[in-house]
Amino acid sequence: MVLLTRRATFSASHYYWNESWSAAENERIFGKCANKYGHGHNYTLEVTVAGEPDAVTGFVVDLKTLKDVIERDVLDVYDHRHLNLEVPEFAKTIPTTENIAIAIWRRLNAGLNVLPSMRSAKLARVRIYETTEIFAEYRGESA
Amino acid sequence: MSVAYFGRRYTFSAAHRLHTEALTAEENQATYGKCNNPHGHGHNYKVEVLCGGQVDAETGMVINMAKLDEIVKRVVMERFDHMNLNRDEIFEKEVPTTENLSIAVYDLLEPKLQRENVRLEKIRIEETENNFFEYAGMK
Repeated sequence: MVLLTRRATFSASHYYWNESWSAAENERIFGKCANKYGHGHNYTLEVTVAGEPDAVTGFVVDLKTLKDVIERDVLDVYDHRHLNLEVPEFAKTIPTTENIAIAIWRRLNAGLNVLPSMRSAKLARVRIYETTEIFAEYRGESA
Repeated sequence: MSVAYFGRRYTFSAAHRLHTEALTAEENQATYGKCNNPHGHGHNYKVEVLCGGQVDAETGMVINMAKLDEIVKRVVMERFDHMNLNRDEIFEKEVPTTENLSIAVYDLLEPKLQRENVRLEKIRIEETENNFFEYAGMK
């Protein structure tokens, strides 16, 4: 088994707010992240695929096709967008780093599973850095 | 809902010297090289804390970062930052290699995080940008 990771970056804005709480409670729990005008980050995404290298090509997955899926299913939807206001999965779910990791996993898993170059390879891990000091990771339902 | 992970990096600066009474002066020198300098030396340690748990339905979080920061600051930073690791009671009988430091940091944080219903998945410490150490607890 070999793990292969591709990195990508996108920039987006967001804020943390739970509609079922008072403004004071949101500010107490989420601090500066509760500012409803939003704030933004340069996110770094790491997508890890696990599998056996193909006997002919030596690839676990063709990186070009992996890059294309990341661009189509994640970057085109998230880059230079306001996550709360413009990305459907965050209409009701708070775009915390944890929830972004889960959402990106779901987007990629669907697109990658139908890629011919994935063969027996599987999506193993999504790691998303909000800053260089903060990241979240998701390894799927079964992890 | 399955497990997700939240990671956070911290930095502290400390001195240490690698030396064990179990070896002779020559053997210490041969084993630890420059790290055996009797006056010690120091590093900017980068500590990566990886927490695992369910994503809370109300907050969308595995752990509130402010809470994690408060615990790490109290339990790790205040103990080790700008200190000489050899003088900490943890390293009275153990050599403060970064392997042992990773285990010490794990053991200090794990019970505190357990109280927050969070599993400490892994501690990773970078001693310099070219070497790092990981400890994931007794498994």
